[in-house]
Amino acid sequence: MSQELYTNLAIFVMSLLVGFEVMSKIPSTLQTPMMSGANAIHGVVVVGAFVIAAEANSWIFYVLAFLGAFFAAVNVAGGYTVTDRMLGMFNRPKKSASKEDENK
Amino acid sequence: MSALTTVASLVYLISAVCYVIGVHLMRSPKTARRGNGLSAVGMFLAVIMIVITIIAEGKITGTGWVVLILGLALGVWYGVARARKVPMTDVPQLVSLFNAVGGGAAAVIGIFDYAVKAGGTHLSVAFSLPVLLDVIIGGITFSGSLIATGKLSGHVPGKPITFPGARLVNVLVVIAILVAAWLMIGLPTNVWFMVLGLIASLVFGLLMTLPIGGADMPVVVSLLNAFTGLAVAFAGFVIDNQVLIIAGALVGAAGTILTLQMADAMNRSVANILAGGFGTGDSNSSSAADETPVNVKETSADDIGLQLAYANNVMIVPGYGLAAAQAQHEVAELAKLLTDNGINVNYAIHPVAGRMPGHMNVLLADVNVPYDQMKQMEEANSMFENTDVSLVIGANDVTNPLARESGNAISGMPILDVDKSKSVVVIKRSMSTGYAGVQNPLFSMDNTQMFFSDAKKGLADIIASTKEYINQ
Repeated sequence: MSQELYTNLAIFVMSLLVGFEVMSKIPSTLQTPMMSGANAIHGVVVVGAFVIAAEANSWIFYVLAFLGAFFAAVNVAGGYTVTDRMLGMFNRPKKSASKEDENK
Repeated sequence: MSALTTVASLVYLISAVCYVIGVHLMRSPKTARRGNGLSAVGMFLAVIMIVITIIAEGKITGTGWVVLILGLALGVWYGVARARKVPMTDVPQLVSLFNAVGGGAAAVIGIFDYAVKAGGTHLSVAFSLPVLLDVIIGGITFSGSLIATGKLSGHVPGKPITFPGARLVNVLVVIAILVAAWLMIGLPTNVWFMVLGLIASLVFGLLMTLPIGGADMPVVVSLLNAFTGLAVAFAGFVIDNQVLIIAGALVGAAGTILTLQMADAMNRSVANILAGGFGTGDSNSSSAADETPVNVKETSADDIGLQLAYANNVMIVPGYGLAAAQAQHEVAELAKLLTDNGINVNYAIHPVAGRMPGHMNVLLADVNVPYDQMKQMEEANSMFENTDVSLVIGANDVTNPLARESGNAISGMPILDVDKSKSVVVIKRSMSTGYAGVQNPLFSMDNTQMFFSDAKKGLADIIASTKEYINQ
């Protein structure tokens, strides 16, 4: 096994363990936002889209790079936006909430 | 390490720390939003760093820039537009859609790297194995999550879809995936090996999700979310980028735990959801309902209005039916009407009420229900004895007293003790059983009255009649 592969494997396994640890005992109220938040984090795949776009040099690879960039951007931008919207609803101050009611 | 790769590695490390602390902060309602923000900061840092890196390396072609920027701009525009506009009832399918494209992007990276190196070269297992896992897991989540999105939004029928010979097709697809795996690892590169693996995994994603019933879908979405995390981590192996490995593995593990917790709250095992009749509860339930006639007392909107107007303590028990009928505005209006007239109103929220765990809280928060009126299960259960009227709206299994007895499908499931309140009013469309396919003795109890109606329409009628009695 190469040194590089071993390092990556060790990082992978340790990150799995951190994920298990940090995630135990979530109040059910937060499970949907948490799922959405985790969904946004795997939008980091957008970094990979940059990497392949930098290597593309023929039309088929350009098509793949475009698809990768588009998919990843939807995931990351949409994921963070919708999670933030959901979480924003929990901490809405009561006063502004009643004002919104009046406006309706 | 050159100076640039050193800086890049350190920035990616900071970004990974942001994700971990961000997820940690998201465990408490007070800090959750900050946690998500911190995770977004980490994402921003990672993107800035990769932009600097590819500019400094200077390999990217002009067309490459155009393609990249066009893809990103369209993606950001589409993602943000959908996320801003989506009604809160439709969040589950949107999360599933975002998950699908995430898996798709991970698969694209594997496809790209394998295709670049294709053409007869012999690759080491250290490269071909991560590519294989990336493409196959990414392909499964892509098609599987799209089907889940369709089922949740009603474009694909929510009931389990099966066809004769499905098992045989499943076996063939798994064999095709294994053959593709063996070809990709064992033989010199050939793009067609990967195409075979990709198509087989896309078909597998379809076949895996189609037979699962709509009620189980949230658990499946969460599971596919964990899958995407793993696909992204393997994409990180493929392009040798640690931030993808860390973030992907983090989501993979976190998503797995979340899936188990969700399945637990629904009193189901993940294996059951994926393997057993895939939630055939729907078909069993109608026949069970026909065979066992039960004595129930029917009531009218007028009578419910009277009961509510003269109650002191009212407990609202919202369920899947309320979310499906999108009746959260009506419920909030009724509650406001009652509280304005000095009646004490609370909501009893079962962990799996709504379309996924915690979804009901989001729906109610969206219509400005005060956070302190939403009672979680334990607290609500201590309040039912002093409740005059429990208004059960589109909920069934989560109120079924049979769960306290042994020997049935829902034995041991934690429930809301609605039957302990002085009077129970159940708004439901029909007598059909819930998702578990078990009769609910609550409906035929002496202090229970049934109001057969769609949640939205029924509540509108109740609001009208309550107003009359209050204004008298």
